[in-house]
Amino acid sequence: MSLLRVESLQKSFGGIHAVAGVSFALAAGEIVALIGPNGAGKSTCFNLLNGQLRPDGGRILVNGSDVTDEPVRALCQLGVSRGFQVAATFTSMSVRENVQIALLSRAGEIWRFGVSVVERFKADAIALLDRVGMTALAERACGTLAYGDLKRLELAVALAGAPKLLLLDEPSAGMAVAERAAMMALIRRLADEHTIGVLFTEHNMDAVFSIADRILVMDHGALIAAGTPGEIRANRHVQAVYLGDDA
Amino acid sequence: MDFLLAQILTGLASASSLFLVAAGLTIIFGVTRVVNFAHGSLCMLGAYIGWTVLSHTSRDPAAFVGGVVATFAIVGAIGALLEATLLRRIYHAPELLQLLATFGVMLMIQDMTLWIWGAGDLTLPRAPWLRGFIRLGEERFPVYDLVLIFLGPGVLGALWLLLHRTRFGTLIRAATENRDMVAALGIDQRRLFTAVFALGAGLAGMAGALLLPSGSANLHIDLAVVVDAFVVVVIGGMGSLPGAFIGSMMIGLLQVFGVLLLPKITLVLVFLVMAIVLAIRPNGLFGQPAAATAQAIARWDFVGPASSLLGWIGAAALIVATAAPLFTGAHVLGIMTEAAIAVLFASSLHLLMGPAGIASFGHAAWFGIGAYASALATRWLAAPLPFALLLAPIMAGVLAALFGVAVVRLSGVYLAMLTLAFAQIVWAVVFQWNTMTGGDNGLLGLWPPEALGLRGYYWLTLTLCTAASVLLRRMQRAPFGYALRAGRDSMPRAEAIGLPMVHLRLAAVTIAGAAAGLAGGLYGFAKGSVFPGYAGIDRSVDALLMVLLGGVQTISGPIVGALAYTMLYDGLLRLTTAWRFVLGAAILVLVVGFPRGIAGAARVWHGR
Repeated sequence: MSLLRVESLQKSFGGIHAVAGVSFALAAGEIVALIGPNGAGKSTCFNLLNGQLRPDGGRILVNGSDVTDEPVRALCQLGVSRGFQVAATFTSMSVRENVQIALLSRAGEIWRFGVSVVERFKADAIALLDRVGMTALAERACGTLAYGDLKRLELAVALAGAPKLLLLDEPSAGMAVAERAAMMALIRRLADEHTIGVLFTEHNMDAVFSIADRILVMDHGALIAAGTPGEIRANRHVQAVYLGDDA
Repeated sequence: MDFLLAQILTGLASASSLFLVAAGLTIIFGVTRVVNFAHGSLCMLGAYIGWTVLSHTSRDPAAFVGGVVATFAIVGAIGALLEATLLRRIYHAPELLQLLATFGVMLMIQDMTLWIWGAGDLTLPRAPWLRGFIRLGEERFPVYDLVLIFLGPGVLGALWLLLHRTRFGTLIRAATENRDMVAALGIDQRRLFTAVFALGAGLAGMAGALLLPSGSANLHIDLAVVVDAFVVVVIGGMGSLPGAFIGSMMIGLLQVFGVLLLPKITLVLVFLVMAIVLAIRPNGLFGQPAAATAQAIARWDFVGPASSLLGWIGAAALIVATAAPLFTGAHVLGIMTEAAIAVLFASSLHLLMGPAGIASFGHAAWFGIGAYASALATRWLAAPLPFALLLAPIMAGVLAALFGVAVVRLSGVYLAMLTLAFAQIVWAVVFQWNTMTGGDNGLLGLWPPEALGLRGYYWLTLTLCTAASVLLRRMQRAPFGYALRAGRDSMPRAEAIGLPMVHLRLAAVTIAGAAAGLAGGLYGFAKGSVFPGYAGIDRSVDALLMVLLGGVQTISGPIVGALAYTMLYDGLLRLTTAWRFVLGAAILVLVVGFPRGIAGAARVWHGR
């Protein structure tokens, strides 16, 4: 059974078919990139998957259960975590507390009124920050972090939900070359160590080809190609509509 | 049939006056994003200035029109002055602080009007042409009202031409759409803002002058008008001129027919309609989505670990407070009882405004409900003190939960307006339900049992308020408080990690309501009486000032703020008859000079 299965997903905005019948599947531990030129429908497709938008037609299945019309929270409980294109964190909290609140949420301890957060899951939070290489920054105010660090913190927060599937919208956007390579390597390592399936969009081709097991190419709302990085590189259709721009 | 027609026409006439005020309010909001609480004061100034002008001119129609135009110009100039000296300094402040600052302006204008024109109502001798009637079958309808009916659409048309056919109007529309873009185009924003404010103020002033032939210039115009205008603008969608027109028509007709059909609940009806419109269209009929709630209160800072020094100061203060009855007299003890209640009241509001990021301009609703729940139980059920006091948080909590279900998905200014509306509903209910609540006279003689005595009641209040405030504080350091803050800081991220934000916010509203209700219940017995004013705007503003004075960003803020405010109030404001002016000025100093409050300033200073 596939971890994520998408069946003829559709979404239109006032007559424009932003996503017109997209189907694909993703296995546990697999990293899949969703690429395409601007306006191809990647972002719409992504927002359908993470529950921000409701599809007009089609189904989304996570581990076999239909989540098409479920709210964001239900996705979270099924092990779907996400990263945002522009990093979204809790700026009034420290780096460690950002992870702690995610751990508390997963443990169902949100409705506690009397205990202090300070010591709850402190060690687990530090351990997660260690995984993304941020232990030294644990007590820093989250609002003072550099952008690359914020993105790494987002990963740690997502990991706190013990995800099976990670949806990342342009994980390396706004990063310098070295930072980008490190970020992509980190994603690869986390996916391998925890057998997490990862679906990500990305504009940077180096980032895509460096870690993706498979690549899905969208154009005009439809999938025009799917395959290994090697196959996509050799695909003439893809070269024409997309990579052609790069060359 | 004729009667019905006459009623409809009367409704349309009052809708026209309302539209003049609402149009100015909505244009000012559209361009400057300031919700101007002082807008009703500009209307009131228009009435007084119009009175002065018109009582010195002849009584023919031409002189009347001239007087109204002159009032438009004078109040417009006052508006320009107000914008250039004060509002310009708060454009970048959070919306709630802007609302509060303009409330301060309202207080100051009220006292200044009192000094210049005195306390009495001022009326104009009616010119013969203003006394004319036309016949509608059996009914007689005033000619002047007929003129008003055409004036509203006339002004709408004139404003439409101004907005769509002139360069100034194009700039106003552009700025309403995208302020930054207009700035980027190299337009002098300062002049544009001043001109827009002057235009809005002038319209309000004109509306005030137009009240004179059928009414009077009096000191109640400001609040009455601004609350109605808020309702209109919120219904129509803030910043939308057609919305303001349709909203005015709705409210104008509703008020006329409300008085006819349901005289007891007219005041409630208006707010009910607003609540229903917002429930269906959260941004009003033609409005744009409001800014995120949290940013409307403050630009949130990092919250550091709790300071142990503060804990020791708190413990020491508590010991002194407990021992106080042994060495102080009744007067000081009375003030200390009030201070303890103020701490709880402010702490309850802080839970909403701080961690939950919910702007509330009507927190007195829960205070009033608690006070009346206790008082009514004592009066009509002869309930003993513990039972009556228990009822206060329960009733307030239940009603807060019901209110919360309706509003918890709203945000920003709209949510603040709806809290204000709900408080007004509570106020109206206790004001108009004479047989049960005693109306304006309140319920008197609600003293705690003799056996308890003044000291006993003080200790009871101190214990309950301290315990409840400590619980509210603990919540903020607990997962619950962190979860609220998470939703405030980033709603998408909070939902993505599985936080049930709607339920969490609902719980916060309920808890804050119950705590404020307990404060209200205790207050009623401390004073021995309850009045509709317990749910009034003044009391909501008291709570806001305490929280902001102490600092909304800090957990200790409401405690520091409540104590400082109570002391200021007793020490300063009771010494002067001009307390409105002093309070208004103090609000302005606070908002412009110390937006972080006392505890916030101390934290910044300490951190250096």
